[in-house]
Amino acid sequence: MMGLLLKNDCWLIWPFVLPLFGALLSFLFKQRPRLPGLIVALLTTLSSGVLAWKLVRHGVGRYDLGGWQPPLGISLRGDGPAVLMVLMTAVTGLAISIYAGGYFRSRIAKVEDERRHIIQERFFWPLWLLLWGALNGLFLSADIFNMYITLELVALSSVGLTVLSGKPASQVAGMRYLLVSILGSLSFLLGVGFLYKAFGSLDLATIQAALSFSPPVAMAMALISVGLLLKSALFPFHFWLPPAHANALAPVSAILSGLVVKGSWYLFFRFWLGFLPLIGDGGNAVMAALGGAAIIWGAFQAFSQQRLKMLVAYSTVAQIGYLFIIFPLTGAGAGPAASAVFYFAISHSCAKAAMFLAAGTIFLQMGHDRIRDLAGVRQLLPITSFAFALGGLSLMGLPPSGGFIAKYMYLSMAVSQDRWWLVLLIVIGSGLTAAYIFRAVSHILSPKMVHGQGQVVVAPCMEWSALALALVAILLGFIAPLPLALLGVTG
Amino acid sequence: MIWQNWLLIMIMLSSLVPGLIIFSLGESRHGLRTSLNLFGAITKMVLVLVMILGIHQGHSFAVHLALLPGLELVLRADPLSALFVTLSSILWLFTTIYAIAYLEDSPNRSHFFGYFSLCVTVTIGIALAGNLLTFLFFFEMLTLSTYPLVVHRGTAEAMAAGRVYLIYTLSGGLLLFLGVVWLHNLVGPVDFCMGGQLAPLVESHGKTLFMIYYLLIAGVGVKAALVPLHGWLPRAMVAPAPVSALLHAVAVVKAGAFGIIRIVLDVYGLDTAGELGLLFPLMLLATVTIIYGSIYALRQDNLKHRLAFSTVSQVSYIALGISIGNPLAIMGGMVHLVHQGLMKITLFFCAGNIAETLGVHDISRMNGVGRRLPLTMAAFTLAAIGMIGLPPMAGFVSKWYLGLGALAQGQGWLIGILVLSSLLNAAYFLPILYGAWFKEQEAEWPDDSGMTGPLECHWMLVVPPIITAVISLLVGLLANSNLSPLAWVRFIVSAGYGL
Repeated sequence: MMGLLLKNDCWLIWPFVLPLFGALLSFLFKQRPRLPGLIVALLTTLSSGVLAWKLVRHGVGRYDLGGWQPPLGISLRGDGPAVLMVLMTAVTGLAISIYAGGYFRSRIAKVEDERRHIIQERFFWPLWLLLWGALNGLFLSADIFNMYITLELVALSSVGLTVLSGKPASQVAGMRYLLVSILGSLSFLLGVGFLYKAFGSLDLATIQAALSFSPPVAMAMALISVGLLLKSALFPFHFWLPPAHANALAPVSAILSGLVVKGSWYLFFRFWLGFLPLIGDGGNAVMAALGGAAIIWGAFQAFSQQRLKMLVAYSTVAQIGYLFIIFPLTGAGAGPAASAVFYFAISHSCAKAAMFLAAGTIFLQMGHDRIRDLAGVRQLLPITSFAFALGGLSLMGLPPSGGFIAKYMYLSMAVSQDRWWLVLLIVIGSGLTAAYIFRAVSHILSPKMVHGQGQVVVAPCMEWSALALALVAILLGFIAPLPLALLGVTG
Repeated sequence: MIWQNWLLIMIMLSSLVPGLIIFSLGESRHGLRTSLNLFGAITKMVLVLVMILGIHQGHSFAVHLALLPGLELVLRADPLSALFVTLSSILWLFTTIYAIAYLEDSPNRSHFFGYFSLCVTVTIGIALAGNLLTFLFFFEMLTLSTYPLVVHRGTAEAMAAGRVYLIYTLSGGLLLFLGVVWLHNLVGPVDFCMGGQLAPLVESHGKTLFMIYYLLIAGVGVKAALVPLHGWLPRAMVAPAPVSALLHAVAVVKAGAFGIIRIVLDVYGLDTAGELGLLFPLMLLATVTIIYGSIYALRQDNLKHRLAFSTVSQVSYIALGISIGNPLAIMGGMVHLVHQGLMKITLFFCAGNIAETLGVHDISRMNGVGRRLPLTMAAFTLAAIGMIGLPPMAGFVSKWYLGLGALAQGQGWLIGILVLSSLLNAAYFLPILYGAWFKEQEAEWPDDSGMTGPLECHWMLVVPPIITAVISLLVGLLANSNLSPLAWVRFIVSAGYGL
């Protein structure tokens, strides 16, 4: 039995199954969902780590659930990009889970309407663990129908998480999110149908190997692309994102911005790379143009926000742009481009989640998040303030941080391929990012002393988990060869 | 030997670790904070001394860390970095002592000293950077670690100045970044070595090298306050006096000037830069900056503003010396890195004392200060005379070599510039000295702290400027001894260009 459990490829299922099991468990223990939630989060993180280790030791793993072969069975495939994303989800997810534990405890202790918070927590853990499992399933899926299922699971659980806060604004945002998500999923599903009709297979690798141009394939590509772009909130499909991310509970905002948008982007990237021979430069240029518009527009919007969480949410809109301007750079081989964009994605995940967690802590402590009234936060919450600033450092792409490494790779590729307008875009984008980050940071780290602010009500683990994530984003500035080696395991 | 690899890291850690601990200390832990600060500063000096002895004996020190495949962060101690490291670590010690007394009883000190230590760590990183990427890495970090110091007072004016500072330095950082990436793309990672390694590319990629050069120089030129990129410097004067001292003499402006030296001498190399016609424009720019800064300094009544424009002018001597492109002129420029640092830090310490003790900020109200603060004004006088460049002060030594180099290079007109600049320096320093020593006090001091006795204010405020003033006198007087900065610079230049 143990031998079977430890068998090489078997490890693929644990990051997928464990959170689903945990979701069930925390739903059943509805009086105390926190404990099983945290334990399962820890186990999932460990299993993701082991998966990464196995990948490096033994190469790409493949596992057919229940022993059923494709095209009938569900099969999982853990190659470098997939496992890197699983690992990113694990690191970010663990920090968010620890934060959430303290967050709900502090809220239940602080606010009078205690029952509402207890119910929020009761639903948070099952939904979050379900989301985690579904995301891991999405990353590890080898066949496209499975991708659809996990995509749908991700969407439904994140909508559920969005509306948890119970505020009218979040209900409206959640409803809009739901509609966009369903539209996106349907579009994706239609595309999957076309592909299945054309190739008689659901295995992405098989399809991509047999790919040739025909009207149904073009239709499928268009449907899948639009569906995923909607979900990834690429400009101009970003309209639903800022209110949904900014009005959610603090850990939920971090989950949505740090992890969920990466899920649909990841699928897009995999599909698009496969479609590339058919699409050519035109499609790549469109992606880059939309990405560029996102970078500029998102940054301007972020700069003009009055609320901290809205600023961070619009920053996500801008940063998503960077995930798409990579496509014209895939011309000289997908490998370097994939390194750059995945490094960007994991750095952004840690940095952005840290910033949302910090913003949530600030909100809980101060009772508001109006940027111009944030002086004095540094005195009360020094760790949180530093976490926010360090996350911002990575977003700006200043050393030492993962963002710096990613920006270096982007610029280096753009220069070597003579894409000067992309160079210009990246340089301007960095400047704009710095502008909105410093707008927030100059208030949060303001040296002004404010007296008589009362007691600190937030749990220490909220402060430290955000700082830990921000420090991971900084650490990514020093250890780039390791994640890139992991990423490079393919075949 | 293993200790050689650790030494550079220890030098960095000797200010980083105290800084990080200080961040986490409560506001009230004065004693522990002060001990940590001084412990770090003194440890660093000792370690730097060990390093210099090691270099002198022919040891080499280097640390590598792979940032990306094929792209390394390198710390390496060569004689030029030793020059800058020594300057920074000595002046850091004095600035720390000064800052402890200056900020006594003011809020936010753990914050201040935390960033202060961070800032020095990063400056040491700039000095020890062994390749262009490492230089960029620390150069950008310098922006971030100095910003909180600039806005330390938290007033609307300070925040506005901080914003201007960031806009200038971050834009400069982006240009530098682009230049570095472009150059890497052309030749791969660029190690600093005398003479550079770009000579083979002059034929094929002349235009590209030309553009990259201007990106790089614009990037470092912002911090070096080359006109027209100097706009942030006078505004940043709202920061507390120790910060101004640090900005002008130890860290930011110096890092920019140091960057110019590295880029011209160690990335491009004099020959390549000359071949591409890159030196003459830099020379013109430096000349314009020297004159412009002096003229603007004349027009300031606020003492710190006058000193700020004086920095704009004086730091460009370094760029001037490099751009003349003659070994003697390079010596003059390089040694001015040290000389200007010593003199300018003294001036800022003194300006801080005058403002702190008497509440006097404007030159027009400084009449009679010499009698009230004799020690401070004595130090000020020594440094000011040095700035003007009267023999035998340090400033004279710099100008002498600059002049010799200019003549040897056939650029005689530069002598005229040097003389003009000295006259202008005299015009903006001598009235201060005259007023302070020979005029009668006109009105009550605005905010007299009332301290009397053998020392005019806290001893930790008086002693640092006196020591730095005396050192700046000694480096001029003993310029020909074996221990002077000039001797070390001669060692650097003769290794590369054979004097």
